[in-house]
Amino acid sequence: MSAATLDVARIQADFPILKRQVHGKRLVYLDSASSSQKPIQVLDAMDRVYRESYANVHRGVYTIAEETTAAYEAARGKVAKLLGAASAKEIVFTKNITEAINLVAYSWARANLRAGDAIVVTEMEHHANVVPWHILAAERGVELRWIPLTPDYQLDTTKLDDLLDGAKLLAVTAASNVLGTINDLRQLADAAHAAGARVLVDGAQAVPHFPVDVQAWDADFVGFTAHKMLGPSGIGGLWARPELLEEMPPFLGGGEMIREVTKEGFLPNEVPWKFEAGTMPIAEAIGLGAAVDYLSALGLDAVRAHEKSLTKYALDRLTDRFGDRLRIDGPRDIEVRGGTISMVLEGIHAHDVAQVVDEEGVCVRASHHCAKPLMRVLEVPATVRASLYVYNDEADVDALVEALSKAEQFFAI
Amino acid sequence: MPGLEDLYREIILDHYRAPRNRGELPVPPAHRVEGFNPLCGDEVILYLELDDGVVTDVRTAGQGCSISQASTSMMSAAVKGRSVSEARRIIDAFLALMHTHETHLEGTPDSATGNGDGSAADDVRLGDLAALQGVVKFPVRIKCATLAWYTLLQGFDEAGA
Repeated sequence: MSAATLDVARIQADFPILKRQVHGKRLVYLDSASSSQKPIQVLDAMDRVYRESYANVHRGVYTIAEETTAAYEAARGKVAKLLGAASAKEIVFTKNITEAINLVAYSWARANLRAGDAIVVTEMEHHANVVPWHILAAERGVELRWIPLTPDYQLDTTKLDDLLDGAKLLAVTAASNVLGTINDLRQLADAAHAAGARVLVDGAQAVPHFPVDVQAWDADFVGFTAHKMLGPSGIGGLWARPELLEEMPPFLGGGEMIREVTKEGFLPNEVPWKFEAGTMPIAEAIGLGAAVDYLSALGLDAVRAHEKSLTKYALDRLTDRFGDRLRIDGPRDIEVRGGTISMVLEGIHAHDVAQVVDEEGVCVRASHHCAKPLMRVLEVPATVRASLYVYNDEADVDALVEALSKAEQFFAI
Repeated sequence: MPGLEDLYREIILDHYRAPRNRGELPVPPAHRVEGFNPLCGDEVILYLELDDGVVTDVRTAGQGCSISQASTSMMSAAVKGRSVSEARRIIDAFLALMHTHETHLEGTPDSATGNGDGSAADDVRLGDLAALQGVVKFPVRIKCATLAWYTLLQGFDEAGA
């Protein structure tokens, strides 16, 4: 493996938004776990589609329609390669990961689960990987079971086999959007498959940050979303095993997802277009393709190495400055965590912290992070979350530490 | 651009650091009502003792940011000992203040007190509560400031007061 690291100064120059100021201060963007910023290469790719060759895809026979269709399908191929899929046909484009998980819930799960079956989720899931299963559970009488956390914020797998007994699906995140924890998916997938359950992985916080190989994970479904990986909002998708995609009924009905429609009924299109009803977010898919090109050129190994080293720097600096006054909800071992750092500053509500640090140009999230079951486990209403990405450097971490100190002084009793 | 001093006025920080009327009341005779802000997870719990149309006692519990906690404290002080009808007029006046758009606040001086639309705010003196006016410049925080007030309204309605 190469020891390549990122040239962060050069990367920063690719992101126009990082040149702006907020409250007279340099913009310090530490909310990429919510949504990342976009490099000029992505912006240009999307702009070029509209200016030079925009048309609907898979419909026209004219030149620009062919060009747009080729670019749209090329993006699918780039995503397939990034995820280690065997074929581009295993990639279904959706609006985002929420829609990808709902696709599985409405199509695969409703065809395969019935009353008395169980779905296993974890205490660290995003609402996107909880609520679709709550809806299904209420509708079908399916049981929802929860893998708890260990004291060091990892999944407690000691009773995994019991939890999986009789389960049809394990729905688990590859990396927590709150704790930063990176899960051992292969271990989970092996246990799930041994119990006869399928495995759905929420890849929202994984695909942008480290090398992902859906086959090495041995997953059955993997969701991803573009806007957290330098691409635009409005496009994401689902990778699934081809045999599952073949047998799954369509999710949304409409144009393009059909082979034939008569007064009596319809025949669905081939995979993956069977699941892409209506005009898709075309420029967004092409923008996603450009984002994959950008990330691939950086190298996901180098991205991971950069984030590990910056996360270690951040954890050390935060601990040095605030000691016990700052609780960090997440593993300390950087080998098992990413650059998403959730914090509780003693005696100060997350909203107040975020408001004061915004005054310093620092963007952090103050929220339950769409993970309310986890917030209850952590016994806090909300945390302050700083999340690191390819364009962040030690100066950004330093700005965060100084801004947090200002918040502490401001609210000192 | 509004600054922190617009939001975190000294009197707000004072109520946040030393909240008034914290605690609980036995239920019954008191009424208990809860309010939540799903955006940030803030929670307000009110205990209301109502006697012959008068708010004879108020206690508050729950957790949240400085704005929600200070507003809860200031609300409890503003309505305690008042008749329910007086309290409802204060609620109306406060919510009108919170829903006055920032441009109106800066544009027409008398609209800040609700004079513009002839609402119940007209002749209600908000006193210290006016310190929360700066919240309007931070739209995301308006829900923090109004949580306790909507919860109080809900409490009155549930108690049939």
